[in-house]
Amino acid sequence: MNHNTEKTENIFRVGYTQYLNEEGRLFESLKNLSVAGVSSELLVEFYRWMLFTRTFDCKAIALQRTGRLGTYASCLGQEAVGAAIGKAMREEDVFIQAYRETAAVLIRGVKPEEILMYWGGDERGMDFQGPREDMPCTIPIASQCCHAVGISYAMKIRKEPRVAVVVCGDGATSKGDFYESVNAAGVWQLPLVFIINNNQWAISLPRDEQSSCETLAQKAIAGGISCEQVDGNDVIACYIKIKAAIDRARQGQGPHLIETISYRLSDHTTADDASRYRDDDNVGEAWQKEPMTRLRNLLLHELIIDKAGVEQLEKQCSDEIDAAVARYLAIPPASPTTMFEYLYETLPDHYLDQLEQVQKKILQEGEK
Amino acid sequence: MKDMTLIDAVNNALFDAMAEDQDIIVLGEDVGANGGVFRATEGLQAEYGRERVIDTPLAESLISGMAIGLAAQGMKPVVEIQFMGFIYAAFDQFLCHAGRMRNRTRGRLTCPMVLRAPYGGGIHAPEHHSESTEAIFAHIPGIRVVIPSSPGRAYGLLLAAIRDPDPVVFLEPKRIYRLQTESVDNNGQALPLDVCFTLREGSDVTLISWGAMLYETLQAADQLAERNISAEVIDLASIKPIDKTTILSSIAKTGRCVIISEAARSGGVASEIAAIIAEEGLMTLLAPVMRVTGYDTIMPLAKMEKYYMPSVEQIITAVNNVMEF
Ligand SMILES: Cc1ncc(C[n+]2csc(CCOP(=O)(O)OP(=O)(O)O)c2C)c(N)n1
Ligand SMILES: [Mg+2]
Repeated sequence: MNHNTEKTENIFRVGYTQYLNEEGRLFESLKNLSVAGVSSELLVEFYRWMLFTRTFDCKAIALQRTGRLGTYASCLGQEAVGAAIGKAMREEDVFIQAYRETAAVLIRGVKPEEILMYWGGDERGMDFQGPREDMPCTIPIASQCCHAVGISYAMKIRKEPRVAVVVCGDGATSKGDFYESVNAAGVWQLPLVFIINNNQWAISLPRDEQSSCETLAQKAIAGGISCEQVDGNDVIACYIKIKAAIDRARQGQGPHLIETISYRLSDHTTADDASRYRDDDNVGEAWQKEPMTRLRNLLLHELIIDKAGVEQLEKQCSDEIDAAVARYLAIPPASPTTMFEYLYETLPDHYLDQLEQVQKKILQEGEK
Repeated sequence: MKDMTLIDAVNNALFDAMAEDQDIIVLGEDVGANGGVFRATEGLQAEYGRERVIDTPLAESLISGMAIGLAAQGMKPVVEIQFMGFIYAAFDQFLCHAGRMRNRTRGRLTCPMVLRAPYGGGIHAPEHHSESTEAIFAHIPGIRVVIPSSPGRAYGLLLAAIRDPDPVVFLEPKRIYRLQTESVDNNGQALPLDVCFTLREGSDVTLISWGAMLYETLQAADQLAERNISAEVIDLASIKPIDKTTILSSIAKTGRCVIISEAARSGGVASEIAAIIAEEGLMTLLAPVMRVTGYDTIMPLAKMEKYYMPSVEQIITAVNNVMEF
């Protein structure tokens, strides 16, 4: 007897969305976009935040080069994804970042000087005064995906109309933590939106050596989660798709995964030299697709803003960042005894001798 | 003979080992075209090809688990984990399988792999890039833990680790990767594993350290010499197993011991050395054994790092204490 049976293998498709192409041409009328919640005012806001982020990014690199900041991970070219996340989320939602979503973090109310403090080697930069429940940067790649499962699980069992949004890189999708989290989010139908910020590189490893999957998004399918790809350089597509996923999750329709396709125009971090492993041609091509020029072209073309308006925004952002940098540089150092202050709620007496040792060291340093 | 920094020495040892043994495979993140983020594997892929020098996907559990499989097939994998802070996903495989394979198969299968990782603080690195958690590895049965502290010992000990038939964790003190250049005899000669290296003979106090902290330890020994305190300086080098013969005979001579380590204080390798001395060297001691260590705190970020790392002054204070006891 033949016991061979066959299950139908689903044929899957992964959608890809772009509204605004490389030339700044729109595939939808502004009117339709407006109906979809993307008004002219919002477009200007996007542009302003992306500009603010890029200005910040340039400044941060300059600070690093002049010894006033530690190693820094630039988000050059990935401002659209961040801006879209920032605007699509509600204040009460929770953002679980990797480390390249600067625009999102700024929109959610983290101060530029707080970000600088973190990369400048000051723990206080993680104590954001803005979004108190958002998570700080995650350096161990993909580990934040598991936290996002826990955060959204808490939201779900408390029946709160809140959503968690987690971002990881293309490299992160090779980690167990990523697969495990996608799987669990599917099992429990959590109010969680995964965003893969695919910038084509994980330090020196190009996207096609990271995975032979045609899309990274499709990794969600094995976890029973819906998924799609979006042009990560198109802030409008990112916003509409991320917002829709968040809305569905809020209504109890479960998790979703979006792969945003963009490009890391910078070195991996200031400690990296990308010229060792990638061609300038490749980067030159990517510059043709970067997110800000196309949005600016659209705004100018549609007369939403004029050249003088753009220049004014540039000036504003630059002034604000300069002021933030000045605040950052003026922050007095924390006492080294804070190493012990946040170790436990109450420091066990057992460590008082070690604390004294630090105090002695502070005195010695003072005498030097 | 060649002038080398510690990182050059690692690179040279990898080159020489791969040339002599076709079974050696180097794998890890960014070890190919990029040559590793610290350039330890620079040029290896160009020389030995993409099959033997593998840029893996970003997945540490895979990297160490795959090495265990390669080793079970008689290959000799040399794994690079980019920073010790990202070794913990690899740790699961390493703990559960690498050290146990010989035992559970009664010697039928073995695990001749090396797990290399840069470790330690003092370079103003971001979060998770500065810790020293060698003690966690020292706790695993069936493996060796080795830490070099000079270019010459990096070259000789890495060769030894690669040739050793059992798993070795090889931790590289990244603070001194490029700190000093030394003329190294790169003749393919390994140094012995499982032993300490006495760097300086002395009669008043034994200073034991490993990795980058030897740098401060030797400076302290210099300053003590100016005050006619003669310090014997031992580079532990073999974190597991610990060469107690060398340590105990040194203490039999000096009667005093200060152990210097940048790792957190509790449950550390320094504690293990102190325990060995308490058990087997008590009657030779003239003063209590002292530890100069990092604190039981989270390794602080760059701004506070210097308050965390043991200083030359702290070592001297500890020596003064044992001298005056
Ligand atoms: C678990 C872990 N392994 C290795 C590293 C070192 N590392 C830092 S970033 C990075 C590449 C990450 O690539 P991707 O996920 O694509 O994010 P991107 O940096 O491109 O935004 C690596 C290997 C790390 N931080 N964490
Ligand atoms: Mg990437």
